Amino acid sequence: MFASSLHARLRVLRALFAGALLLLALVPVARALTVAEALSIASGDTDARIAALHRAVQTPDPQLAEYLHKLLNDEVQIDGDRVLVQRGSQWVDLGTGQAVTPSDNAQSVVNNNYVRKELASAQAALDLFAPSAAQRLKAVQRLQDDPTSVDRTLVERALQTEKDPAILDRLKLLHAAILLTGPNTAERLAAARELAASNYPAVRSLLLSRLDKVDGKFVEPDAAVRAQIQSSLAAIDNRLAWGERLGTLFSGISLGSILLLAALGLAVTYGLMGVINMAQGEFIMLGAYATYVMQWLFQRYLPGVENYALIAAVPVSFVVAGGVGIVVERTIIRRLYGRPLETLLATWGVSLVLIQLVRSLFGPQNVQVDNPPWMSGGLHVMANLILPYNRMVIIAFTAAVLLGMWLLIARTRFGLFVRAVTQNRSMAACVGVRTPRVDMLAFGLGTGIAGLAGCALSQIANVSPEMGTQYIVDCFMVVVLGGVGQLTGTVTAAMGLGVVNTLLEGVAGAVLAKIAVLGVIILFIQKRPQGLFALKGRSVEA
Amino acid sequence: MDRRTALKTVGGAVAAAAASTLSFPAIASKKAPIKVGILHSLSGTMAISETALKDVDLMTIAEINAAGGVDGHMIEPVVVDPASNWPLFAEKARQLISQDKVAAIFGCWTSVSRKSVLPVLDELNGLLFYPVQFEGQEENKHVVYTGAAPNQQAIPATEYLMSKDGGGAKRFFLLGTDYVYPRTTNAILRGFLHSKGVKDADIAEVYTPFGFSNYQNIVADIKKFASAGPTCVISTINGDSNVPFYKEMANQGIKATDIPVVGFSVAEQELAGMDTKPLVGYLTAWNYYESLKNPINAKFVKSWQDWVKKEKLKDYPVTDDPMEASYIGIHLWKQAVEKAKSTQVDAVRKALVGQKFHAPSGSVVEVLPNQYLSKPVFIGQVRADGQFDVVWKSKGVVPGEAWSPYIPKPKNA
Repeated sequence: MFASSLHARLRVLRALFAGALLLLALVPVARALTVAEALSIASGDTDARIAALHRAVQTPDPQLAEYLHKLLNDEVQIDGDRVLVQRGSQWVDLGTGQAVTPSDNAQSVVNNNYVRKELASAQAALDLFAPSAAQRLKAVQRLQDDPTSVDRTLVERALQTEKDPAILDRLKLLHAAILLTGPNTAERLAAARELAASNYPAVRSLLLSRLDKVDGKFVEPDAAVRAQIQSSLAAIDNRLAWGERLGTLFSGISLGSILLLAALGLAVTYGLMGVINMAQGEFIMLGAYATYVMQWLFQRYLPGVENYALIAAVPVSFVVAGGVGIVVERTIIRRLYGRPLETLLATWGVSLVLIQLVRSLFGPQNVQVDNPPWMSGGLHVMANLILPYNRMVIIAFTAAVLLGMWLLIARTRFGLFVRAVTQNRSMAACVGVRTPRVDMLAFGLGTGIAGLAGCALSQIANVSPEMGTQYIVDCFMVVVLGGVGQLTGTVTAAMGLGVVNTLLEGVAGAVLAKIAVLGVIILFIQKRPQGLFALKGRSVEA
Repeated sequence: MDRRTALKTVGGAVAAAAASTLSFPAIASKKAPIKVGILHSLSGTMAISETALKDVDLMTIAEINAAGGVDGHMIEPVVVDPASNWPLFAEKARQLISQDKVAAIFGCWTSVSRKSVLPVLDELNGLLFYPVQFEGQEENKHVVYTGAAPNQQAIPATEYLMSKDGGGAKRFFLLGTDYVYPRTTNAILRGFLHSKGVKDADIAEVYTPFGFSNYQNIVADIKKFASAGPTCVISTINGDSNVPFYKEMANQGIKATDIPVVGFSVAEQELAGMDTKPLVGYLTAWNYYESLKNPINAKFVKSWQDWVKKEKLKDYPVTDDPMEASYIGIHLWKQAVEKAKSTQVDAVRKALVGQKFHAPSGSVVEVLPNQYLSKPVFIGQVRADGQFDVVWKSKGVVPGEAWSPYIPKPKNA
């Protein structure tokens, strides 16, 4: 039923469209794309190609839409005076429709960014008449991003045929953006007023360009229009500022979640157990390499589901890093409990061994961990605010790891033992807790969480044998600032550092922001050596 | 001076006699091999870029040896690893010249490694062939600069971005890693943009530390900057930070058609490991691309692929600009030695100026008196397969300028 009503609407649309064409009487009725037209769009100098494109768009037909699509995908070759397009694995002569083998002097069509932009706009302009509303909406959004290259008559035609109110509103704004550069003062004034409702940075840029002076004269000759542009700009800036603020906040939280994820493992090994583990960063690196190996295995043996390798990599990276951590604890660290300086040196040695081991196994160069398609791109929240999916996934992942860890420490028997051993080792041993076993498992947990961090970080940072060394300083910074032995402190410190760093970066740049954050932490620790949140009462060991 | 003249006379005598039994240690009557040094980091942060240059050097030397060597003398490469450690570059260079007695050194990537080698070259009269694009502002008689100077890369690329085809940029976001090359290049670009009437308000300059990976804020800033007029990003980001930068641009929905990015340190090697689909349309400027179609390049690419297969080097099957510059450097040195009939540095240097070589870029490059090269300039656009489409090329070759006219020349230079 729905389909048939759509069909009916389509028919009405088509009728209207045909009517509009007749009314305009400027252009012939739609017909197939000729080879000569295709050639003129694909070859020659840039301006001529774009002029040809604008002419062709006046008579939209499905073949033109397909041709533009092929051009944008680099699937067109010119072979003498033939135009070849790629269909599947074959090259097809556009004129005859026959499959052909390109000759030796066939040339791929190269589109520079200017042509590419015009092609994309033309494609979007054709899509303004697409049967599906979603496609039309996408088209008008694309054109709003770049209102300068769209054809006015096409937008006016679309305005007459469009029924969907949301799309119609956008079309009106687009039309206003076009009128803004037109010859009619009254139209320009109305357009400037209407554009105050736009959220697009491109519109802001367009309005600003009208206020420029060229050779001492304003681009916009009329003072009233200029005043209106000023007030519209103020309204747009006001709204765009919100997008920027939200964007900064999101960046801060995202950076904070990365810091937190990296530091959570250390919060267990250092915070709860008191082991100064200089190799913490290398366990992050192990997690990242485990992810890389999983990706490789999936690509090789399970190519159908390789996009889900990352999900399989989550438990694997935990087990690999945690397993290596347990081995290190059994063989080295447990002989050094209570001797922090020796632990520090020994774990530093462990970190060097792990780096060299990975370098020997995988080579000294970075390895490439791909983002699965479901983590690429971003969510379009506002015209100037896109939240990347990979960042959102990492924030959610951090929250999940944090929740899991909190449940484990606060709600399980194992967590109870860990807390007991932390607070009073000898008393815990007295009541029958096997403290060496708890130590081993807690260290495995801490390094395993570092492995999870590595799995997540492989999605946004480079994976190399030395990647861990970049995080070790950040990890200690977060744990020490938050207060040793306190999960709440770690969370607060990580989020606080993330947001402060992001804000400072906006003002002072990335290099100075990093220095300033370190300076502030040093001062803070001077004033308050116990960190943000300190353990109180008898549990504090001397 | 006297000594040099004397050597030249002797060199002439050798040429005339055509029986080289005279006083040169390297070119002796038994056709003894000539040693050359290869000074590229094979470990540490720069290994990612420099290992390929070591391999292309070895390939070129093997090729020359197979074709009869330099005037019948085989070339014997001495490979050392300065391990991305700048002072170690100087030590290794000293070892190459004074212990191994090499006739020339091919090496270095970062400007800071080159600068660290200079005093050693001055002291021991060495000769370095430097194959990477750099900031210029240097003219040392012991160095032959086979990479691009700013007027052979940065300036033409910026001009292109300002043209209609390049997007007609009015605002410029200069983004780089925080060290000497990006800072100097950006100073030159700022001078150039001023000369074109661009105001400081329309230029942003942002630096990040080496190995930086959190580009969220910077990309947001780029978007904000771009909302005030047509903008381009000129990136001098070096090393592996490029990967997270381009990823973030793609994830935040910035297309090359909206805000074009031109990168000066991104070539085929760097793209080889990346998902290039979202990068289509981004620009680079170089003096060579693997995708150039000419017989010499076809031969160069073929020999590299064969070499990779033969030596089982799995990581880098593509060729790029610094590799071509290394290849050119060794051939120019060979021609100069053959002309000078000597491997003595002063004689070779004299013979070098004016040497021409038909390079894989398809043009004939020539050594200029300032020991820079004249090279063609190309602007390439990333294709979906990680190769480049050339969208602009210079008319003929562009002579390398040691001193940029856009910033003041230092007094002591």
